[in-house]
Amino acid sequence: MNGLSLAFSEAFSLLAGFDHRVAEIVLLSLQVSGLAVLFGTLIGLPLGACLGVGRFPGRQVLVVLLNGCMGLPSVVVGVVVYLILSRSGPLGEFGLLYSATAMVIAQTFLVVPLMAAISRQVVEDAWREYQEELTAMRFRWFDSVRVLLHDCRHSLMVAVLAGLGRAMSEVGAVMIVGGNIDRSTRVMTTAIALETSKGDLPLAIALGTVLLGVILFLNGLAYVLRQWAMQRYA
Amino acid sequence: MFPLRVSGLRWHAAGRAVLDGLSVELGGEGITILLGPNGAGKSVFLRTLCGLLEPDEGHIDWGGGTRPEFGVAMVFQQPKMLRDSLLGNVELALRPLKVPVADRARRARDALERVGLAHRARDSARSLSGGERQRLALARAWVTQPRLLLLDEPTASLDPSSVEAIERIVREIRTEGTRIMMTTHNLGQATRLADDVVFIDAGRVCEHAPVQRFFARPASQAARLYIQGELPWRMAF
Amino acid sequence: MANGLLKFLKSAVISVAAFASVAQAGESIVLASTTSTEQSGLFNFILPIFEKNSGIAVKVVALGTGQALDVGRRGDADVLLVHDRAAEDKFVADGYGVDRRDVMYNDFVLIGPAADAAGVKGARDAVDAFARIAKKGSNWVSRGDRSGTHAAELRFWGRAGVDVKGQGWYKEAGAGMGPTLNMAAGMGAYTLADRGTWGSFKNRQDLTIVFAGDPKLYNPYGVMLVNPARHPHVKKAAGEKFIDWITSADGRRAISAYKIGNEQLFYPLSH
Repeated sequence: MNGLSLAFSEAFSLLAGFDHRVAEIVLLSLQVSGLAVLFGTLIGLPLGACLGVGRFPGRQVLVVLLNGCMGLPSVVVGVVVYLILSRSGPLGEFGLLYSATAMVIAQTFLVVPLMAAISRQVVEDAWREYQEELTAMRFRWFDSVRVLLHDCRHSLMVAVLAGLGRAMSEVGAVMIVGGNIDRSTRVMTTAIALETSKGDLPLAIALGTVLLGVILFLNGLAYVLRQWAMQRYA
Repeated sequence: MFPLRVSGLRWHAAGRAVLDGLSVELGGEGITILLGPNGAGKSVFLRTLCGLLEPDEGHIDWGGGTRPEFGVAMVFQQPKMLRDSLLGNVELALRPLKVPVADRARRARDALERVGLAHRARDSARSLSGGERQRLALARAWVTQPRLLLLDEPTASLDPSSVEAIERIVREIRTEGTRIMMTTHNLGQATRLADDVVFIDAGRVCEHAPVQRFFARPASQAARLYIQGELPWRMAF
Repeated sequence: MANGLLKFLKSAVISVAAFASVAQAGESIVLASTTSTEQSGLFNFILPIFEKNSGIAVKVVALGTGQALDVGRRGDADVLLVHDRAAEDKFVADGYGVDRRDVMYNDFVLIGPAADAAGVKGARDAVDAFARIAKKGSNWVSRGDRSGTHAAELRFWGRAGVDVKGQGWYKEAGAGMGPTLNMAAGMGAYTLADRGTWGSFKNRQDLTIVFAGDPKLYNPYGVMLVNPARHPHVKKAAGEKFIDWITSADGRRAISAYKIGNEQLFYPLSH
């Protein structure tokens, strides 16, 4: 028990002193996951919205598939992206493996289905509410999608925060395609895994604390946002 | 768009014929009120006119042509407002018309003035009372300058002062030359507003007459029964 | 609309790539090596010296030896540094690698609980030590990941005449040296480790070195370039610079200088 409490106190001095290794790793995590969620927003939200509004044969199958993809195991995504980006793979010529770019790509693949599935549900509910009015006003389905995306902006914001939480806490995909290279592709989760396996706990605990803090903060933000939106627009 | 010639409309849902050979001819002026028991097909007929439903059979002739792209606007019984300001909701209707952004705000404000809500232009639309929401929906429909305005039981759940406000606005819109068709269960309202009455029962038009004649001497048995179903009231004329 | 979306996607990927490449300006090579080497801390010590001299950044991807060789076969790395001579020779013979050179050696050590129920401390040699563990049926944690350490361990079992398949006391971790040691510490089990990782391992709990020193436990490391004839994109010049440096007097000096608590972990070889 002594060893553990020693590790904790060392961890807190790392955090209090803004240890620059910790800062580097945290910053990279925020960059990689932030970019992935940005792409997730730009791709996933409209994609889900179109699926929520559109009516075409096979739509139900797509919806079920998308909902299934919400729980894609991150290691599976990691392996698939690894095989694609490997030099012997279809996109090998870009030499993207073991880079931060590869990690962004893998996390984007992870986050887009999640955000699209949430967006689909949210927009479909809204479409049910507004469909008559929008159709009577002669909105084409594409413009309706834009109106609904804006109207549901608060619920969609929650989708963005969910995507960010998922991206920041996953380890399987970024480990496989990034290689956990020191100072280059080492993010909070992969660093925690490495330090723990080395039996070097203070850094792992420090990073774990930061990661927990970020996740809690995101969840709190989502809660506050929902409350504010309900008050203003209920 | 007028004269509007509707012939033999048929539409069914869940095995039941909701419109069962509905035919009527409507001229281009005034307020027509659709009356009839629940389930007679009044709302479905309005939705067909608006383009929300495709009839299974039958034909609508819009003054010799087809329904113009932006000539018809509709106010629903429970209007849905976006999570936006009053102004934003009215501007919404102008988007499909490709009205330039600069003009949208001005026209939206005019519409809000007309219904007496301009002082709350920036408030959240979802904070309105029932009567105010109905007025906002009217503004949203009117702002597109429709040739034909459809209203589906616009005052069904409102208090008397709100009913009066809506009726006043509807009358003003009529004076400007917009053709209006509305449904209601309120016979007093029908006598106050209508120029002519279309009585619909079991999916077809039983009677189409000027309002005074309809109430004084209803021609069909169904209409007579319908009118008598109301509590005793006094006719103003 | 689809067109616009596609254009946006392309520019997005380019800007992401730009962001990623700004993060590491200058030339770099990918070195696929083993988890034991990385976790010993050797690379953190010697690579900055090389990077300062040459201006080339070395990005270390740490895997098991088997996986590192696979990465080399696929052409996803420029240089390999592993410790399984037989596999390295096969790699070169199959045409996947060129210019293989000896770099350094350390030794394997047998790790076990201080209580040493199997009596390994009194073994005659390394093979006998393995035999004693099997005889007693004491818990053993294996790397199980086709690493150099794993390959060495299997050779010893073979020499001791022990078939470890299906034995209840034989646990395959399928992991790097660190997690394997963690498991051994947690279970009070025996395992084979390289001295480098053991030196830097902090979670020892009850474990200690129970057997060492047998020349059979010799663990040599080799470096080689991924064959540019097979994978033309391999950074031949920079990779050769690294190989030259690590086998040069400078490189040998750097390796010798790496110590944990006054103990040198790796011994350079001259070829």
